[in-house]
Amino acid sequence: MAGPAAAWVSTVLRVLFAPGFFASSPVHLALLVGGLSALVCGVVGTFAVLRGQSYAGHALADLSVTGGSASYLASISPLWGFAGMGVLAAGVMDMIGIRRPRGRDLATGIVRGAGLGLAALFLYFDTTSSSTTGAAISILFGSMFTIGTGVVPLAAAFGLPALAVVVVLFRPLLLSSVSAELAAVRGVRVRLAGLACLLAIALAVSLAALTVGAILSTALLVGPAAIALRLTSTPGRATLTAAVVAVAATWLGVVLAYDSFTWPPSHDGWPVSFFVVALIFAGFVAAQFFGGRGRARTERS
Amino acid sequence: MFLPFMINAWVAATMVAVIAGVVGFFVVLRGGAFVADAVPQGAFTGAAGASLLGINTLFGLGVFALVGALGIGWLSRRARRDVATALVLVLLLGLGALFLSFTTEYASELFALLFGDVLGVSRGDILPIAVLGVVCVVAVAVLYRPLLLSSVAPESSAAKGVRNTWMEVAFLVIVAIATSMTLPVVGALLIFSLMIGPPAAARSLTASPLAAIGLSVVLALATVWAAIALSYETDWPVGVFVGIGGAVCYAGGRVVASLRQPSARVSASQ
Repeated sequence: MAGPAAAWVSTVLRVLFAPGFFASSPVHLALLVGGLSALVCGVVGTFAVLRGQSYAGHALADLSVTGGSASYLASISPLWGFAGMGVLAAGVMDMIGIRRPRGRDLATGIVRGAGLGLAALFLYFDTTSSSTTGAAISILFGSMFTIGTGVVPLAAAFGLPALAVVVVLFRPLLLSSVSAELAAVRGVRVRLAGLACLLAIALAVSLAALTVGAILSTALLVGPAAIALRLTSTPGRATLTAAVVAVAATWLGVVLAYDSFTWPPSHDGWPVSFFVVALIFAGFVAAQFFGGRGRARTERS
Repeated sequence: MFLPFMINAWVAATMVAVIAGVVGFFVVLRGGAFVADAVPQGAFTGAAGASLLGINTLFGLGVFALVGALGIGWLSRRARRDVATALVLVLLLGLGALFLSFTTEYASELFALLFGDVLGVSRGDILPIAVLGVVCVVAVAVLYRPLLLSSVAPESSAAKGVRNTWMEVAFLVIVAIATSMTLPVVGALLIFSLMIGPPAAARSLTASPLAAIGLSVVLALATVWAAIALSYETDWPVGVFVGIGGAVCYAGGRVVASLRQPSARVSASQ
């Protein structure tokens, strides 16, 4: 009986993982960098969702387009641009007051609009003055399979501080997310904690911008966290679940994208970012309909 | 700058600015910044898909703007609104990336859709933009009072028999229509600057709704006209100036408001 079963398993594996999947070094890099950025996004994203900062995350992601296109102009790794611009924008948003719940969407949107205006300019220079014609597509929609090996230490250098912020500030952040007044009474420096969280979000989306693309990195930040908060009820467990969901969606996306090189219509592979985003959205809808007694139901606005 | 081929650009941009100014007022009033940001980006996917299938871009824009807007409305009854908005947005953008990957000679069109191509407006584009614009203005005029009431005081509007859920749907549909007509001109990523910057500035300068709508239209017109003129002079994309102009409006509005009445105005505008 073992023979047919083993043959069946190996057939399934062969269908799932196209030939050469495990031997391809771009795939290794994609799995490594994609996994790392998904991990950071899942963990940081839980707080972005809990604090109602989905829009800030989205705006920071869009703004990293500006940084990415500037770094193509300067011929440096786009990650420098993504992260540099993200950190700068987080500072500006904090300065012009996105702490107030009411006016902050406006302030966020204004910063985002101005940044994207600059991005249009930089991309225009990219396409007219140099030969990097693919810059726009690769910045906007990611370039998972063309990541260079040099990016790995850089990605770790940006990702680990973001993780560290959340781990070290876990309790103060949580407290100030639930009630800023209570946190202030307990001696939490609410504004500083908020700024640290925003900076962590900026770093997380800049990593995701590298893998799924700048304008899609919101998916990795918000999606897994929203799914996790629907499925579990404690913040710690939600953070872990979000990280697992994010990494799983990214890796499955890489597998499917690798498989898709044989798919119609172009036989050129479907974009990784499409698979990652579609998987996350499907998970989110499923969690909404079949999920148990998560916190999301009571927290909906 | 006023050569024959520029006339279409001026006409289209003027209509776009009026609509953005009017619709944007309600976007700001309802705190719907994120939705107004998400719908155009979803609509971008429709344009990419339509161009893939070889059908009219405006049709694709309209369908996806509506699907996006109603999808957000439907999902946000079940989940947090900002999360639902973010996820519908990225799903549509992800589909857009997929559509784009099916075609190879699309880079310049992509750029035009995302960042606007006002000089590419042809005579044939003017009529659909005008029709959609009129639909938008009529819808806002008809729904003016209930929409205003449900935006400012949802509880009391419910008491007066306004169905807030339907108002939300109507608002999303209006945003979707406004998006379809403005997207080809100023681009998916920057429509939103035009819909937010001028109205936010107008809101911080005057408390009366009608005056604010008027002021917001004037500021939007000024932004767009300046953007076209500068774009013509520098040959840079028009979106650059629209994005920065929106931010300048907002900053100017806040500065003037804080100079005039330091505390009262700020709290009134929030």
